[in-house]
Amino acid sequence: MNELLALVYWQETAIKLGVALAVIPTTSLILVYLFLFKMMAFMQSRLGPNDTGPYGSLQLIAEAIKFLQKEDIHPSQADRRVFRMAPVVVLASTFLLYVVLPAGPDAIVENLDTGIFYAMAVSSLSVLGILMAGWASANKYALLGGLRAAGQLIAYELPLILAVMGVVIQAGTLNLQGIVVAQATGEIFGWGAIGHPFILTQFVGLFIFLIAAQAELTQTPFDMPVAETELVGGFHIEYTGFRFLLFFMAEFGTAFAFSALASVMFLGGWWIPGFDVDDNILNILGPGVMLGKILLIAFLIFWVRFTYPRLREDQLQKFAWKFLIPLSLVNIVLTGVFKVVF
Amino acid sequence: MPQMPGLIKGLGVTAKTAGRTLFPKRGWKTLIPAPQQGAVTVQYPHEKEAPPDRARGVIALHEENCTACMLCSRSCPDWCIYIEGHKVKAPPRRAGGKARTVNKLDRFDIDYALCMYCGICVEVCPFDALFWSPEYEYSEPRIADLLHDKDRLGEWMETVPDFEDYESGSEQKVRKVPR
Repeated sequence: MNELLALVYWQETAIKLGVALAVIPTTSLILVYLFLFKMMAFMQSRLGPNDTGPYGSLQLIAEAIKFLQKEDIHPSQADRRVFRMAPVVVLASTFLLYVVLPAGPDAIVENLDTGIFYAMAVSSLSVLGILMAGWASANKYALLGGLRAAGQLIAYELPLILAVMGVVIQAGTLNLQGIVVAQATGEIFGWGAIGHPFILTQFVGLFIFLIAAQAELTQTPFDMPVAETELVGGFHIEYTGFRFLLFFMAEFGTAFAFSALASVMFLGGWWIPGFDVDDNILNILGPGVMLGKILLIAFLIFWVRFTYPRLREDQLQKFAWKFLIPLSLVNIVLTGVFKVVF
Repeated sequence: MPQMPGLIKGLGVTAKTAGRTLFPKRGWKTLIPAPQQGAVTVQYPHEKEAPPDRARGVIALHEENCTACMLCSRSCPDWCIYIEGHKVKAPPRRAGGKARTVNKLDRFDIDYALCMYCGICVEVCPFDALFWSPEYEYSEPRIADLLHDKDRLGEWMETVPDFEDYESGSEQKVRKVPR
């Protein structure tokens, strides 16, 4: 931390915790309103919510209040403790993701040395929650959804991590701040005005990362675990009210976190060309730049979501194992060769 | 990858639709977002949709034509039409003729909570007593209020549109809606 603000550890932690707690619901609010409500509506030539608040912006608040009013129902055969814990586990994985997301030189909850490794690890925790929800619901659709989610998330965890590998090789660090610094101080053939955002050399990695993230988030083309038309909602079929809201928030909070990861790794994160990497002003401007980049990535994710119909289960597995994983391995090999050669 | 051109085209379609919805205006005004004009949907509570004349909105009853023959009630798949009547003496049609016996309608209810809008009752009525009206705004907070009695059904008669002309050369005479 800088000299201006000398805080005791617990004060700093309290502030960071408060910010994180405020940020996570807000992120899912932004994504749902901007993309799920408005952009999807425009893509289908509708208006979307427009009566609640200015341009329908308070619709989600109304929906949250509606969810809170609903009765908390447990199926009689359900494993009650696991059933109650499942949404918390899923949301916890989202919260843990936000720990390592940098929004400025000092604006980070905990600057872990193995940041990206940690992010990948905790993001796969949500599979446990989903499997718990599917199993504990005592419902065949929920169980099928949970199993599909497990199969899908394991299959797409691999290309996700392998796509990240390329960036890690190029940056030479697992630390997310380090990756941002590596991009900010990098040069394109000796020209360093805009640094070296890794999208220029790792576009294959970004491509694989976005597809795999789409599958990790169970967004449409890859939404078999929650397929409404065949599984009537999949693993969250038996959840009502607040517990459903937790799943919903986790889904879009994770979407935001993955967009943030992609913008940190491929688009240069919070760094603005022309500033020093540890300039204090970036702590204020950085989050804004990050938000813009995150919304750009999220736009791509939701654009794909609203365009394509759902894949079949075997097509999904084939796509992961026969196309994405070999492609990402080739990407790693090429990145390694170029790293050694240059 | 033979699917790639189609996949990219699909992304183009959704983006183009979004653009057309958000920026429907032409010329320099294109930059002003006006989704209200761009959307193809009818913003229902604010503006009303005009249903086609032959739309099956609600069934109207012309009470004078009804003879309580029960054909509609018996043909109704949901049994949602309730008819009660009694016989009354009516004056002879021509002077010096015999006094007639006609059915007087006491009760004619349609339960729109049950009705599935199949229109069989309208088809089967031999006395031109039942008609389709395109009105659709008659939802109720209480389900029991969806039972329309014969006065309520009679009020719908005003909203019944005239029958359209048949195509030219048709021998059939156009049916008249009794007013």
